[in-house]
Amino acid sequence: MSSPSPAVLLSLRINGEPVQVAVQPHHTLLEVLRYQLDLIGTKQGCDKGDCGACTVQIDGEPQLSCLTLALHAEGRELTTVEGLAASRGGVHPLQDAFDRWDAAQCGFCTPGILMSAEALLRKHGEVTPAQVREALAGNLCRCTGYTKIIDAVVDASRRVVAEGDAKSAAEAAPRRRRAAE
Amino acid sequence: MPDDPHSEAEPLAREAWQLGRTHRKVDAMERMRGITRYTDDLKLPGMLHGKIKRSPHPHARIVSIDTSRAEAMAGVHAVVTGQDFPIPYGIIPWTPDENALAVDKALHVGDGIAAVAAVDEDTAIEALDAIDVVYEILPAFFDPEEALAADVTINPYARKGNLSKKVELEFGDVEGGLQDAHLVIEGEYFFEGTTHAAIEPHCAVAHVERGGSAGEDGLLTVWSATQVSHYLHRELAKVLELPAHRIRVIQPPLGGAFGGKSEPFDLEFCVAKLAMKTGRPVKILYTREEVFYSHRGRHPMRMKYRTGFREDGTITAVDARTVLDGGAYSSFGLVTTYYSGQLLCSPYAFPAYRFHSRRAYTNKPACGPKRGHGSVQPRFAIEVQLDKAAVALGLDPIELRRRNDMGAGAQTVNEFRIGSNGFLECLRRVEESSGWVEKRRTLPYGRGLGVAGSTYISGTNYPIYPNAMPQAAVQICLDRSGRARVFSGANDIGQGSNTMLAVIVGEELGLPLEDVRVLSADTDLCPVDLGAYSSRITLMVGNACLQAAQALRRKVRGAVAKRWEIPARRVTLMQRKAIDIEDPDRHVDIAQAFQWAEEDHGLLGEVGSYNTPKDRHGDYRGGTIGASPAYSFTAHVAEVEVDDETGVVDVKTIWVAHDCGRALSRRIVEGQMEGSAYMGFAEAIMEQHIVDPGHRGVHSAPSLLDYRIPTFVDTPELRALIVEAPDEQGPYGAKEAGEGPLHPSIPAIANAIYDAVGVRMDELPFTPPRVLAALERRRAMEAAGELAPHKAADGRIG
Repeated sequence: MSSPSPAVLLSLRINGEPVQVAVQPHHTLLEVLRYQLDLIGTKQGCDKGDCGACTVQIDGEPQLSCLTLALHAEGRELTTVEGLAASRGGVHPLQDAFDRWDAAQCGFCTPGILMSAEALLRKHGEVTPAQVREALAGNLCRCTGYTKIIDAVVDASRRVVAEGDAKSAAEAAPRRRRAAE
Repeated sequence: MPDDPHSEAEPLAREAWQLGRTHRKVDAMERMRGITRYTDDLKLPGMLHGKIKRSPHPHARIVSIDTSRAEAMAGVHAVVTGQDFPIPYGIIPWTPDENALAVDKALHVGDGIAAVAAVDEDTAIEALDAIDVVYEILPAFFDPEEALAADVTINPYARKGNLSKKVELEFGDVEGGLQDAHLVIEGEYFFEGTTHAAIEPHCAVAHVERGGSAGEDGLLTVWSATQVSHYLHRELAKVLELPAHRIRVIQPPLGGAFGGKSEPFDLEFCVAKLAMKTGRPVKILYTREEVFYSHRGRHPMRMKYRTGFREDGTITAVDARTVLDGGAYSSFGLVTTYYSGQLLCSPYAFPAYRFHSRRAYTNKPACGPKRGHGSVQPRFAIEVQLDKAAVALGLDPIELRRRNDMGAGAQTVNEFRIGSNGFLECLRRVEESSGWVEKRRTLPYGRGLGVAGSTYISGTNYPIYPNAMPQAAVQICLDRSGRARVFSGANDIGQGSNTMLAVIVGEELGLPLEDVRVLSADTDLCPVDLGAYSSRITLMVGNACLQAAQALRRKVRGAVAKRWEIPARRVTLMQRKAIDIEDPDRHVDIAQAFQWAEEDHGLLGEVGSYNTPKDRHGDYRGGTIGASPAYSFTAHVAEVEVDDETGVVDVKTIWVAHDCGRALSRRIVEGQMEGSAYMGFAEAIMEQHIVDPGHRGVHSAPSLLDYRIPTFVDTPELRALIVEAPDEQGPYGAKEAGEGPLHPSIPAIANAIYDAVGVRMDELPFTPPRVLAALERRRAMEAAGELAPHKAADGRIG
């Protein structure tokens, strides 16, 4: 049986929860997520960094989990598609927009695209189609011709910005009242 | 109309409640939340991991295989070889010419030789290295003409040397038509093969449950990323020598297919046999490299065309000679060879047609069906021929196409009956949306517009194995909570067919889509369906579903009408209610209506079936192949910019107008149109699936990076323009949308390149070196005074 090296204990946070798992040092983050931790939302399309289906966020940055050794994630904060909506009651505005625009056909590339798109929106707020094309160029989709994905990301970005404005307006409102008093 | 309490006639213009709207798909949200279990997401207790050892040689006799070292390894549970699979199979019953693993010979690099099941993937990979194979190298052939001329037979089951299939058909007086023509365009075209490259690699899991009702022989369940669960079921039964009732095939949600998962592959037989041998579940997941070597993609075709035209641009005759490079196995090749000629006789009317197509075996991964099976390649040739004629005759290429349009209700020269036909409207829409008239006049040198048209089938008139039973069947059950369950054997491969069924059921029974549960592609639970190929599901499965849903609708309306003491025609079902049309304030919850119907009729379940009309094709040999109940139509305009220093073609925009009969769900239809146009664009500009003879048949680019599929940045703007010419054969008039809209992308781009810089691209793909070489040839002719500079006459040189 193949067990070339002793397992090593890996500690990290995944989707906000602390996780400890014993991993083979040569295993990728993708393998550990999918086959040890059963976080199957992260997909394997090529296993060599070409397709982007395995994109997760490490400390908020989109990364290819198939090119990342699991041990590289030691002590890091990891977000997978399962954690995308964690703070938003089950559905992230990107997921809702993808659903309304039929931006997922087979849906296999979608988790990776969502992870790249979320990072884009967090950095830039409302985005243009050109920004979406540039930011998602590392994620391949074979079904859609990308059109509806671009529509959905732009749409979601407007809603995220509007939500943010509403939230800061709500936070600002008491201060304005106090100022008025 | 008298107030007949039993009258079931519907008001004429019933308000559509689901039809033609945009919908959230029934299964999209769980995919986006990472919940959906695709095949590789399945994990069963005790599951072993399989791997397949593959031939490094393009053509070699297997002198011996010694598996003893592998079998002795710790963690290895079983090894199988070709000797475990002596029965040949093939997706087409007339050409069973492959074995699950090579029996005596390897026929291409990547051919499966042996398979192992081990405790984990790493162990399985090590075990492959411990299988000792002695090969005797045989001469290999990579060129179809050379293979046809060779005296070495590649495929051991072949009956005519390396000729896999030959079709010659002639209709009308071709030579007369060409002689009488004002203009004959002769051209030779080459379409390099391409592959599907679905993002989900092929994967299969098998498990045998022993004991229980299946007895000690057990029930074999195979989960596979397939688009044809029924055909896979049949071939598994044949090769494994098991009765079909002891096999269950389940297609889990699928990560793209495009024709690349439409026949059995070695992994499905291997997981099944390994599970039977070990008594444990076994999974095999292809690497991306294995996906490329398994292929079954678009055939390379060399096509010689002669097309005759009158002075007004109408076609007098078409003569085509085509050589198809089939690779090592037949796959769907018998059909592909027919399709290379049979699917080209519309949308243009012509009185005489001959095609002569030969498919050769070569020592390459086998070719098969890719989106637009068999007709994408010759459609490129035909549409470029038309463009050349338009230039020679001084006609607008859109106008030339209009003049050749065959219209609705026509019969093609090869005797197919066309129903509805929105081709002229497709032309009008792309002409208008692209600004064709103005731009064709004003775009400078280096920029150009091109047009092309096409037609495609909405399913094939006959199934792959001859039988007179329905081609599609659906079962629907209603329950007391006001919900519906739909059982369909059809494979949703991401195209949205489960949602299409939910739209029909929702429309007929007044339900929102979230109240319709579609259970599909499980051979134990669902009625037989032939699968996701030939763009058949919307028309065929949609019709079967509509039949069942309408039967249930009648029962529900009748039960409500009885209780309200009004004629049934006054009752409609929508918005989760049964409503009195003449007194809309009177309504009940749909759950109550279903309960009343169940009181009257017992459990509410109906089945629907669909079979094709048999009067829509000729009765000559081959006359049924390519015939369809209904045909879709498409027109594209592409706008390109060509850099004449680098040869880089930048496709700016593709306008896609497609006559889908009736769009049941608009965004899904648009998505099919955009995805098709993208895939055609990719084949035009980038993709080529080639094995390298200089390296003994090794694939030149077996990765997504090297093969190059377009990214977000590469892909042009895609403008989907839905055209609806309802066809009486389709459910609510619907025809296909999944494959037809791919065809014109490639010739529209080729024709746009000509408009931009005056060079003809007759070989695919239009890579910078090819475009640059063509530009240099043109410049030499201009320098020699043989040609005027392109666009010089109107002073638009860039």
